[in-house]
Amino acid sequence: MTKHSKLLLVGLAVVVIAGLIIIPMNFNRYGLYILSQWAVMTIAAMGLNLTLGYAGQVSLAQGAFVGIGAYGAAILTTHGWPLIAALGLVIVLCFIVGWLLGYPALRVQHHYLAFVTLAFSTLMFLVFRNESWLTNGIYGISNIPRPEILGFPTRKPLPFYYLCLGSLALVTLAMWWLIRSPWGRAFIALRENPIRAQSLGIDTRRYTLMAFAIGSVLGGIAGVLYAPLTQYVDPVPFNLQLSLDLLMMVIVGGAGFMMGPFLGAMIAVLLPEWLRVAEGYYLMLYAVAVILLLIYSPTGILGILDRYLSSRRTQAASALRAAAQSKLEAAQ
Amino acid sequence: MSNLLDLIVAGLATGAIYALVAVGFTLLWQTSQTINFAQGEFVMLPAFLMLAVMHVGAPFWLAVLFGVLLSALLLGLAFKMLLVDPMLRHGVLPLAIATMALAIGIKEAVKQFFSAEASPFPSIVPVGDVSILGRAISLQSLGVLAVAILAVVGLTALLNRTSLGHQMQAAAQNPTVARIIGVPVERMIMLTFLINAVLVALASLLITPIYLAKFSSGEVLGQAAFIAAIVGGFNQVRGAIAGGLLIGVVDNLAAAYVSTQYRAAVPMLLLIMMILFRPQGLLGRAEERTV
Repeated sequence: MTKHSKLLLVGLAVVVIAGLIIIPMNFNRYGLYILSQWAVMTIAAMGLNLTLGYAGQVSLAQGAFVGIGAYGAAILTTHGWPLIAALGLVIVLCFIVGWLLGYPALRVQHHYLAFVTLAFSTLMFLVFRNESWLTNGIYGISNIPRPEILGFPTRKPLPFYYLCLGSLALVTLAMWWLIRSPWGRAFIALRENPIRAQSLGIDTRRYTLMAFAIGSVLGGIAGVLYAPLTQYVDPVPFNLQLSLDLLMMVIVGGAGFMMGPFLGAMIAVLLPEWLRVAEGYYLMLYAVAVILLLIYSPTGILGILDRYLSSRRTQAASALRAAAQSKLEAAQ
Repeated sequence: MSNLLDLIVAGLATGAIYALVAVGFTLLWQTSQTINFAQGEFVMLPAFLMLAVMHVGAPFWLAVLFGVLLSALLLGLAFKMLLVDPMLRHGVLPLAIATMALAIGIKEAVKQFFSAEASPFPSIVPVGDVSILGRAISLQSLGVLAVAILAVVGLTALLNRTSLGHQMQAAAQNPTVARIIGVPVERMIMLTFLINAVLVALASLLITPIYLAKFSSGEVLGQAAFIAAIVGGFNQVRGAIAGGLLIGVVDNLAAAYVSTQYRAAVPMLLLIMMILFRPQGLLGRAEERTV
């Protein structure tokens, strides 16, 4: 990437971040709720993007981890724990469960793995619904308090939105660092060619489990934010459909692209809101839009951009080559 | 004991329907690496197509005929040409995601254009009990079982006994060689999509009288069919049949003997065990590239 385009990218990022901070200031309650939900779902989708997009392991269990996080936060904070303590516990729990869920991935791949994780999702949903002593069953847990961060209460929608946005920023930075670290390279090696990765001395077993565990932790973090966002948790939002939706977000945005989940979550959370004018037809339009997009670009939205950039790069390179060729001929 | 027998007969009846759906599912996988996440919705839709035809005043038999034809047209021909063909070369995952979106689309379309409420559906077999060896057994269960077995036997005969069936199997197992020896592979693949469409229409006809026609009824059914296909063996028609029957019976027994709350967990645990310890399924062959 040239210096010029890098500057352009940084400038764009600054404008977007400033926009995300300033513009919602005069949004109403519902608008802030939807934007907060976008931030939360982006975090969950980023986790899945690590597992699927970078490490290449198909998982249909991300929604279950959002559920674990949400129930963890709901149960603990209604019992008087601070949210940050709940967060710590959820992270540990999701890491362990995610690690264990990674074991099948060592044995089976692709659609088999998808179905193991699908089964896990369904089992977790049954636990949320049936273990009433813990989760209050179908009645759910209500009156979940919103936390105080460094003495600032986040009861109002705007401060809570900033909490979600801030968490998203932190997770994004951590992810950015992770992808560029040797670990991130190992994850990509795992996706591209596991046998070669192993021959280069990468412990593929450990990294596969790690990809699942870290991805699941991000799902859990999203859940911890989800509970105080809605202030009410019941089993229905954490059924299999959430896992499918998150998978769609990752693929539609562009799996394996850092910014993919942002766009994917935007389409999944915001597009239906913009399509509200279409009333009952909006989910239908959404489904059609997703199908058309995938037919046009199976690598998602960022795949289109990527294709465009790489074709421009090829053109630029061949133009340079042609210029050099003619210069060479002139010299002879 | 008598209760057990009833449960098994009822379980076999639902299992036979699962088997029909699972067979179609495995056929699509074998011939064109399509994991159809909308398979459950494919079963839900034909019932509504038939109801729509009856709504304009057609008799039931005509509605069934139209339902099957429309199903072949929409879920067979259009599904393959508009969705599978353009996406196939991009690999398994984007296509699988597209079928998930399709599932949402079908569900929402039915909800929007038809009804969000459950509608009753006429049964093709008479309701009531029949006495066999002094025991009352539901006619509907027996009828469903009989029709499903006939369909499966017919399909197996088609695949194993006719030249057409052999060509289809060749196209599924090794398209390159099949093409060399003159099998019209493209036409065979299209045929499997049409067979799948007819199978789901048949399953729809059998299961909707029991569970009513509802836009969301495909979810459970689709999952049961996936599990049946994997437990039985993803690459074998007879595996899918065995898996379907097994899941039907296990599901029914679990509801009676484990707990109604966790009945759905039992097939899931069976699925996890199966994938971990025998990923090729009960009757499947090991697939080098996926396991």
